[in-house]
Amino acid sequence: RPSDTLTTLKTESETLKTKLEEERAKLHDVELHQVAEKIEALGQFVMKTRRTLKGHGNKVLCMDWCKDKRRIVSSSQDGKVIVWDAFTTNKEHAVTMPCTWVMACAYAPSGCAVACGGLDNKCSVYPLSLDKNENLAAKKKSVAMHTNYLSACCFTNSDMQILTSSGDGTCALWDVESGQMLQSFHGHAADVLCLDLAPSETGNTFVSGGCDKKACVWDMRTGQCIQSFETHESDINSVRYYPSGDAFASGSDDATCRLYDLRADREVAIYSKESIIFGTSSVDFSLSGRLLFGGYNDYTINVWDVLKGTRVSILFGHENRVSTLRVSPDGTAFCSGSWDHTLRVTNRFSYARLLVNWSGSHSVITPL
Amino acid sequence: MTINTLSQDGVQRQQMPCLTKMERMIISMQDPDMGIKLRNQRLLITVIPHAMTGLDIVEWLIKKCSISDEEALHVGQLFVKYGYIYPLKEPRNLILKADDSSYRFQTPYYWMSTRWPASELDYAIYLAKKNIRKQGELIEYEKECYNALHKRINHTWDFVVMQAREQLRASKQRRKGDRIVLECQEQAYWLVNRPPVSPEHYKLTTLTKNTIAMLTPWCSLKYIGVSNLNGSYVKYCEQYQPHDPIMQGCLPSNPWITDDIMFWNMNSETYMFIVALPTKLRVERWSFSFMELLNDQMGRKEFLTYLEKEFSAENLCFWQACEDVRHGETAKIPEKVDEVYKQFLAPGASRWVNIDSKTMEKTLEGLKRPHRFVLDDAQMHIYFLMKKDSYPRYLKSELYKNLLARAIVPQETKKSVFPFMRRQRHSSPSPALATQTAEDDGKAKYSNSNSGTASRL
Repeated sequence: RPSDTLTTLKTESETLKTKLEEERAKLHDVELHQVAEKIEALGQFVMKTRRTLKGHGNKVLCMDWCKDKRRIVSSSQDGKVIVWDAFTTNKEHAVTMPCTWVMACAYAPSGCAVACGGLDNKCSVYPLSLDKNENLAAKKKSVAMHTNYLSACCFTNSDMQILTSSGDGTCALWDVESGQMLQSFHGHAADVLCLDLAPSETGNTFVSGGCDKKACVWDMRTGQCIQSFETHESDINSVRYYPSGDAFASGSDDATCRLYDLRADREVAIYSKESIIFGTSSVDFSLSGRLLFGGYNDYTINVWDVLKGTRVSILFGHENRVSTLRVSPDGTAFCSGSWDHTLRVTNRFSYARLLVNWSGSHSVITPL
Repeated sequence: MTINTLSQDGVQRQQMPCLTKMERMIISMQDPDMGIKLRNQRLLITVIPHAMTGLDIVEWLIKKCSISDEEALHVGQLFVKYGYIYPLKEPRNLILKADDSSYRFQTPYYWMSTRWPASELDYAIYLAKKNIRKQGELIEYEKECYNALHKRINHTWDFVVMQAREQLRASKQRRKGDRIVLECQEQAYWLVNRPPVSPEHYKLTTLTKNTIAMLTPWCSLKYIGVSNLNGSYVKYCEQYQPHDPIMQGCLPSNPWITDDIMFWNMNSETYMFIVALPTKLRVERWSFSFMELLNDQMGRKEFLTYLEKEFSAENLCFWQACEDVRHGETAKIPEKVDEVYKQFLAPGASRWVNIDSKTMEKTLEGLKRPHRFVLDDAQMHIYFLMKKDSYPRYLKSELYKNLLARAIVPQETKKSVFPFMRRQRHSSPSPALATQTAEDDGKAKYSNSNSGTASRL
């Protein structure tokens, strides 16, 4: 190879990009909603909050579900991390982190530990003790070390490895037991804000989104970026895989959510409305992938028909920004966390049930 | 200070006064009586003479100049930066550490005042020597410099190579200890005078190269459009809709609405509530994809039963063992890989798996240096074998069809209209209760499906 200066490389890179764009354009491809024209529209949904979790004294920044489908972990600006049984609304564990702005938290697959971090630039794992008197902080294990804030973390298929993303522009994979970095992922040109693991058969890839407006798909084994997408107009705050693993959704400060297909290697849907002006902080799919839930900075949650591109519901409930949103592992509800200090578990309100329970022997109609 | 960079006689001006002061101090540091005590330092298998620790340097400066340790560290750091002292262990890291890290004084031959400016020719000779000595020993930025120099001073390149060869030949005749010392000195000199290009530039170069590597495969692939995906999105959504509680509800009821946790108990993976029969939806879902079957602990168990009848259960066990290696604790990988070899791959193993010879050969070779992904190829082979062969046959088998026929469709439980008749929201045993034993033997912890029953509160 001839002497590779940065300019030569950049030219080569740009040429490749243009060439590939031209190839894609030749397909005269359609958008997802055009393919889905023939299927029935969903009509408007009404959503109802089933539980409100109060206990944080400050902005809730992140939450994650336990695999048991009812417990959650949440973290807040004042350094508190709480484990709840969301079903009963009881708090089961609480930890105070030595730092503020705990922007990332995750539940271990076994349900025996939680991971969290934020402005301390670290990700720490706390085994959950059932001894009420035990101080959880005593058994804390420091796993990840970044050079800037921790923005997101998640366990891989077991309690033994954690994937992290950071304001230092990198993601990394860590061995929990030893704290050793197993792989690092360089490619974002600015803070990385979010990540999600692919549900694929081989379980070897993940997607990240950052302040460089890019979403990148990574090979966990080699550390290489295998695909990247750059159509958002501002920071990408949240990324989540479509349940089949063939696509992922993103939520951005540009007030849109987008769907990117990995096989077609491009954006195939954009979820936006003129009346939605504030950024999306977090996104997640319903179990079948038909619905996309988005939490927004204007305090609302918008629910989108993924196939048709239309909005099927808007929820007003939180009294401040929605900062985090996850659908439960079995899809029975979703939980949203907000700067209003609360977490809410919400699902669909059914008029059908209303009718079924109207038995005529009492005059009170109770919504279900 | 003047902005003129040339002095009266046309020679480049430098910070000559500070260099002189530094050199005076360096000389007194090496004074046999009042200077730093030097000793031998082992570097890998060779002993390097006349070395000192970072702490020695700092302490000497504190004493000599009557300054604080912070200031002493700062001053000492300058000596390293300007190449008068160089680190032995991490030569590229030009930092002074006030601990037992080893340092040496640079020979006056390489002092900045005597050899400044560092000539291109000398640098070319240095890189050529490195290149000849060990092919591929030049690191990235050095390779770039080498190529750039080759272009720029191409007319004298023969001279460069000849000088490099000559210097290498001469150095071979020295004692090993001396040779290493001279190499360290030379290396240190060049690290100071030809520092790596700015990290930003290097980073950008690497990133751009990675982008090219990422895009290149797409040039040889044929692009497919959304329209060619055979309506995969619609198909997926429609197939899973009955399983999506928010879209279509769930039976007997959604626990968040009715406060009845029967739905969770019936679909439990942990057998906390003895599951007599699974629901129809659950068993149907195993037919959507091989992943769905394996992801459900009950489905996996049923599949294992089927494989046992077919005398191919070792495939699933092998696959599970590989998962445990991949997702388990790093420290336990060698012993786990060894177990897997003994049980599944060794000739005459009790649960020998049938892998093609090419993959087997590659795997066995890799086992000599076991790492997390060493079993990936073999695991993939067995996975696809099960997916293409055993799985479809399982779905057609009596075992599966029977279970599907017997699977139940739960009765709907309704939420009571009267508030006082509403159900109590019972708590459940925390997952943190179980799996103490699993923790102890370093097994990768998944959801506690293998831990047996725990009593219901």
